[in-house]
Amino acid sequence: MSAAYDITETLDVKGASCPMPVVKTKAAIDDLDPGAVLEVLATDSGSMSDIEGWAAGTEGVELLDQEGDGDVFKHYVRKTE
Amino acid sequence: MSTDTPDAPADDAPSRAELAARVDELETALAEATDDDGDKKMSIIATKGTLDMAYPPLILASTAAAFGYEVTVFHTFWGLDIIHEERSTDLKLSSVGNPNMPVPNVVGALPGMDRVTTKMMEKRIDDNDTASIEELIETSLDMGVEFQACQMTIELMDYDEDDFYDGVTTGVGAATALQDMADADIQLLV
Repeated sequence: MSAAYDITETLDVKGASCPMPVVKTKAAIDDLDPGAVLEVLATDSGSMSDIEGWAAGTEGVELLDQEGDGDVFKHYVRKTE
Repeated sequence: MSTDTPDAPADDAPSRAELAARVDELETALAEATDDDGDKKMSIIATKGTLDMAYPPLILASTAAAFGYEVTVFHTFWGLDIIHEERSTDLKLSSVGNPNMPVPNVVGALPGMDRVTTKMMEKRIDDNDTASIEELIETSLDMGVEFQACQMTIELMDYDEDDFYDGVTTGVGAATALQDMADADIQLLV
Protein backbone atom coordinates (compact mmCIF):
# COMPACT_ATOMS: atom_id res chain seq x y z
CA MET A 1 0.00 0.00 0.00
CA SER A 2 1.23 3.47 -0.82
CA ALA A 3 2.06 5.94 1.89
CA ALA A 4 -0.22 8.58 0.38
CA TYR A 5 -2.69 8.15 3.21
CA ASP A 6 -2.81 6.93 6.78
CA ILE A 7 -5.39 4.40 7.83
CA THR A 8 -7.60 5.80 10.56
CA GLU A 9 -9.52 2.63 11.27
CA THR A 10 -9.87 -0.94 10.03
CA LEU A 11 -13.18 -2.71 9.53
CA ASP A 12 -13.00 -6.49 9.47
CA VAL A 13 -15.92 -8.04 7.57
CA LYS A 14 -14.13 -11.25 6.67
CA GLY A 15 -16.66 -14.06 6.36
CA ALA A 16 -19.61 -11.74 5.78
CA SER A 17 -21.31 -11.85 2.40
CA CYS A 18 -23.53 -9.51 0.39
CA PRO A 19 -24.89 -7.06 1.42
CA MET A 20 -23.00 -6.85 4.70
CA PRO A 21 -19.57 -5.60 3.50
CA VAL A 22 -21.16 -2.51 1.92
CA VAL A 23 -23.69 -1.98 4.69
CA LYS A 24 -21.07 -2.21 7.44
CA THR A 25 -18.65 -0.01 5.49
CA LYS A 26 -21.31 2.68 5.31
CA ALA A 27 -22.00 2.38 9.06
CA ALA A 28 -18.28 2.56 9.85
CA ILE A 29 -17.77 5.61 7.61
CA ASP A 30 -20.64 7.38 9.37
CA ASP A 31 -18.75 7.07 12.65
CA LEU A 32 -15.56 8.66 11.28
CA ASP A 33 -14.54 12.29 10.94
CA PRO A 34 -14.03 13.94 7.54
CA GLY A 35 -10.59 13.16 6.17
CA ALA A 36 -10.41 9.79 7.88
CA VAL A 37 -9.45 6.70 5.89
CA LEU A 38 -11.22 3.40 6.49
CA GLU A 39 -9.57 0.10 5.61
CA VAL A 40 -12.08 -2.67 4.88
CA LEU A 41 -11.01 -6.32 4.97
CA ALA A 42 -13.40 -8.73 3.26
CA THR A 43 -13.42 -12.27 1.94
CA ASP A 44 -16.50 -11.75 -0.25
CA SER A 45 -15.20 -11.51 -3.83
CA GLY A 46 -18.28 -9.47 -4.73
CA SER A 47 -17.03 -6.75 -2.40
CA MET A 48 -14.60 -5.54 -5.09
CA SER A 49 -17.43 -4.49 -7.39
CA ASP A 50 -19.90 -3.66 -4.62
CA ILE A 51 -17.70 -1.26 -2.66
CA GLU A 52 -16.50 0.38 -5.87
CA GLY A 53 -20.12 0.90 -6.92
CA TRP A 54 -21.15 2.09 -3.48
CA ALA A 55 -18.31 4.64 -3.34
CA ALA A 56 -19.14 5.92 -6.82
CA GLY A 57 -22.80 6.33 -5.93
CA THR A 58 -22.34 7.85 -2.50
CA GLU A 59 -21.57 11.47 -1.72
CA GLY A 60 -18.88 12.26 0.79
CA VAL A 61 -16.69 9.23 0.19
CA GLU A 62 -13.75 8.56 -2.10
CA LEU A 63 -12.40 5.13 -2.96
CA LEU A 64 -8.62 5.44 -2.71
CA ASP A 65 -7.54 1.92 -3.51
CA GLN A 66 -8.60 -1.71 -3.73
CA GLU A 67 -6.42 -4.78 -3.47
CA GLY A 68 -7.79 -8.10 -4.63
CA ASP A 69 -4.72 -10.25 -5.06
CA GLY A 70 -4.85 -12.47 -1.99
CA ASP A 71 -7.56 -14.30 -0.08
CA VAL A 72 -8.57 -11.09 1.62
CA PHE A 73 -9.93 -8.20 -0.41
CA LYS A 74 -8.79 -4.82 0.86
CA HIS A 75 -10.56 -1.54 0.29
CA TYR A 76 -9.46 1.95 1.29
CA VAL A 77 -12.16 4.58 1.55
CA ARG A 78 -11.69 8.21 2.56
CA LYS A 79 -14.51 10.20 4.13
CA THR A 80 -14.35 13.54 2.30
CA GLU A 81 -17.10 15.50 4.03
CA MET B 1 -49.75 50.14 -23.39
CA SER B 2 -46.95 52.39 -24.61
CA THR B 3 -46.94 53.05 -28.33
CA ASP B 4 -43.73 55.07 -28.60
CA THR B 5 -41.46 52.12 -29.50
CA PRO B 6 -40.84 51.54 -33.21
CA ASP B 7 -41.82 47.88 -33.06
CA ALA B 8 -44.77 48.36 -30.83
CA PRO B 9 -46.57 45.05 -30.28
CA ALA B 10 -50.09 44.52 -31.41
CA ASP B 11 -52.75 45.24 -28.83
CA ASP B 12 -53.26 41.58 -27.91
CA ALA B 13 -49.52 40.85 -27.41
CA PRO B 14 -48.28 40.58 -23.82
CA SER B 15 -46.51 43.57 -22.35
CA ARG B 16 -42.85 43.50 -21.39
CA ALA B 17 -43.86 43.31 -17.73
CA GLU B 18 -46.15 40.36 -18.41
CA LEU B 19 -43.37 38.57 -20.29
CA ALA B 20 -40.91 39.23 -17.48
CA ALA B 21 -43.38 37.82 -14.98
CA ARG B 22 -43.91 34.76 -17.19
CA VAL B 23 -40.13 34.22 -17.48
CA ASP B 24 -39.80 34.43 -13.68
CA GLU B 25 -42.60 31.92 -13.30
CA LEU B 26 -41.00 29.47 -15.75
CA GLU B 27 -37.57 29.84 -14.17
CA THR B 28 -39.03 28.99 -10.77
CA ALA B 29 -40.83 25.96 -12.22
CA LEU B 30 -37.64 24.83 -13.96
CA ALA B 31 -35.62 25.18 -10.76
CA GLU B 32 -38.19 23.10 -8.90
CA ALA B 33 -38.33 20.45 -11.60
CA THR B 34 -34.55 20.07 -11.76
CA ASP B 35 -33.97 20.52 -8.07
CA ASP B 36 -31.64 17.75 -6.94
CA ASP B 37 -31.68 17.95 -3.17
CA GLY B 38 -29.85 14.64 -2.89
CA ASP B 39 -32.93 13.22 -1.24
CA LYS B 40 -33.01 9.83 -2.97
CA LYS B 41 -35.90 7.54 -2.14
CA MET B 42 -36.75 3.89 -2.68
CA SER B 43 -40.08 2.24 -2.09
CA ILE B 44 -40.44 -1.55 -1.93
CA ILE B 45 -43.68 -3.48 -1.59
CA ALA B 46 -43.01 -6.92 -0.03
CA THR B 47 -45.84 -9.40 -0.58
CA LYS B 48 -44.16 -12.80 -0.21
CA GLY B 49 -43.23 -14.63 2.97
CA THR B 50 -41.17 -17.61 1.81
CA LEU B 51 -37.53 -17.82 2.87
CA ASP B 52 -36.23 -17.17 -0.65
CA MET B 53 -38.55 -14.23 -1.25
CA ALA B 54 -37.76 -12.57 2.08
CA TYR B 55 -34.15 -11.92 1.13
CA PRO B 56 -34.38 -9.64 -1.94
CA PRO B 57 -36.36 -6.81 -0.30
CA LEU B 58 -34.15 -6.86 2.80
CA ILE B 59 -30.87 -6.97 0.88
CA LEU B 60 -31.97 -4.16 -1.44
CA ALA B 61 -33.37 -2.09 1.42
CA SER B 62 -30.19 -2.26 3.51
CA THR B 63 -27.97 -1.66 0.48
CA ALA B 64 -30.03 1.31 -0.65
CA ALA B 65 -29.80 2.74 2.86
CA ALA B 66 -26.01 2.39 2.59
CA PHE B 67 -26.22 4.42 -0.65
CA GLY B 68 -28.03 7.17 1.22
CA TYR B 69 -31.54 6.36 0.04
CA GLU B 70 -34.50 6.98 2.28
CA VAL B 71 -36.09 3.52 2.14
CA THR B 72 -39.61 2.39 2.90
CA VAL B 73 -40.64 -1.27 2.74
CA PHE B 74 -44.39 -1.79 2.82
CA HIS B 75 -45.21 -5.35 3.93
CA THR B 76 -48.54 -6.83 2.96
CA PHE B 77 -50.11 -10.30 2.86
CA TRP B 78 -47.40 -12.93 3.42
CA GLY B 79 -44.76 -10.21 3.30
CA LEU B 80 -45.87 -9.43 6.86
CA ASP B 81 -44.16 -12.63 8.02
CA ILE B 82 -40.75 -11.11 7.18
CA ILE B 83 -41.16 -8.48 9.91
CA HIS B 84 -43.21 -10.68 12.26
CA GLU B 85 -40.81 -11.26 15.15
CA GLU B 86 -41.75 -14.90 15.69
CA ARG B 87 -42.61 -16.00 12.17
CA SER B 88 -39.56 -14.34 10.60
CA THR B 89 -37.29 -16.88 12.29
CA ASP B 90 -39.25 -19.76 10.81
CA LEU B 91 -39.78 -18.80 7.16
CA LYS B 92 -40.06 -21.79 4.85
CA LEU B 93 -39.07 -22.69 1.35
CA SER B 94 -41.71 -24.35 -0.78
CA SER B 95 -40.69 -27.71 -2.18
CA VAL B 96 -43.22 -27.48 -5.01
CA GLY B 97 -43.80 -24.98 -7.77
CA ASN B 98 -40.12 -24.37 -8.45
CA PRO B 99 -38.74 -26.58 -11.24
CA ASN B 100 -35.18 -25.79 -10.11
CA MET B 101 -35.68 -27.57 -6.81
CA PRO B 102 -33.74 -30.84 -6.50
CA VAL B 103 -36.93 -32.86 -5.92
CA PRO B 104 -39.71 -33.46 -8.48
CA ASN B 105 -43.01 -31.76 -7.66
CA VAL B 106 -44.69 -35.12 -7.06
CA VAL B 107 -42.13 -35.90 -4.34
CA GLY B 108 -42.09 -32.31 -3.08
CA ALA B 109 -45.82 -32.51 -2.46
CA LEU B 110 -45.38 -35.27 0.12
CA PRO B 111 -46.00 -34.30 3.75
CA GLY B 112 -42.96 -32.81 5.46
CA MET B 113 -41.06 -32.01 2.25
CA ASP B 114 -41.23 -28.25 2.80
CA ARG B 115 -39.41 -28.87 6.07
CA VAL B 116 -36.71 -30.86 4.24
CA THR B 117 -36.10 -28.26 1.51
CA THR B 118 -36.16 -25.45 4.09
CA LYS B 119 -33.50 -27.24 6.16
CA MET B 120 -31.37 -27.66 3.02
CA MET B 121 -31.64 -23.95 2.26
CA GLU B 122 -30.94 -22.96 5.87
CA LYS B 123 -27.79 -25.09 5.81
CA ARG B 124 -26.61 -23.39 2.62
CA ILE B 125 -27.30 -19.98 4.09
CA ASP B 126 -25.28 -20.96 7.12
CA ASP B 127 -22.42 -22.51 5.13
CA ASN B 128 -22.11 -19.39 2.97
CA ASP B 129 -22.18 -16.96 5.89
CA THR B 130 -25.21 -15.33 4.35
CA ALA B 131 -26.84 -12.96 6.81
CA SER B 132 -29.94 -14.23 8.60
CA ILE B 133 -33.32 -12.58 8.05
CA GLU B 134 -33.23 -11.28 11.62
CA GLU B 135 -29.75 -9.80 11.12
CA LEU B 136 -30.84 -8.06 7.92
CA ILE B 137 -33.92 -6.60 9.61
CA GLU B 138 -31.95 -5.33 12.62
CA THR B 139 -29.25 -3.89 10.35
CA SER B 140 -31.82 -2.21 8.12
CA LEU B 141 -33.61 -0.70 11.11
CA ASP B 142 -30.27 0.60 12.42
CA MET B 143 -29.66 2.24 9.06
CA GLY B 144 -32.99 4.03 9.13
CA VAL B 145 -35.04 1.80 6.81
CA GLU B 146 -38.73 2.20 7.55
CA PHE B 147 -40.62 -1.08 7.67
CA GLN B 148 -44.37 -0.70 7.39
CA ALA B 149 -46.97 -3.37 8.17
CA CYS B 150 -50.18 -3.04 6.18
CA GLN B 151 -53.02 -2.63 8.67
CA MET B 152 -55.67 -4.32 6.56
CA THR B 153 -53.59 -7.50 6.16
CA ILE B 154 -52.49 -7.50 9.83
CA GLU B 155 -56.18 -7.93 10.60
CA LEU B 156 -56.81 -10.30 7.70
CA MET B 157 -54.00 -12.62 8.84
CA ASP B 158 -55.16 -12.27 12.47
CA TYR B 159 -51.83 -10.83 13.63
CA ASP B 160 -51.38 -8.32 16.41
CA GLU B 161 -49.61 -4.97 16.03
CA ASP B 162 -47.25 -6.05 18.83
CA ASP B 163 -46.15 -9.14 16.89
CA PHE B 164 -43.72 -7.13 14.78
CA TYR B 165 -40.15 -6.02 15.39
CA ASP B 166 -39.70 -2.85 17.44
CA GLY B 167 -39.54 0.06 15.06
CA VAL B 168 -42.01 -1.36 12.53
CA THR B 169 -44.69 1.14 11.58
CA THR B 170 -48.28 -0.12 11.78
CA GLY B 171 -51.55 1.60 11.03
CA VAL B 172 -50.73 2.26 7.39
CA GLY B 173 -52.51 1.36 4.20
CA ALA B 174 -52.35 1.43 0.44
CA ALA B 175 -52.57 5.22 0.28
CA THR B 176 -49.39 5.50 2.34
CA ALA B 177 -47.63 3.03 0.06
CA LEU B 178 -48.84 4.85 -3.03
CA GLN B 179 -47.63 8.18 -1.69
CA ASP B 180 -44.20 6.66 -1.00
CA MET B 181 -44.06 5.18 -4.50
CA ALA B 182 -45.04 8.49 -6.06
CA ASP B 183 -42.18 10.23 -4.24
CA ALA B 184 -39.61 7.49 -4.83
CA ASP B 185 -36.86 7.27 -7.44
CA ILE B 186 -37.06 3.46 -7.33
CA GLN B 187 -40.23 1.43 -6.83
CA LEU B 188 -40.23 -2.35 -6.54
CA LEU B 189 -42.89 -4.98 -5.97
CA VAL B 190 -41.44 -8.19 -4.55
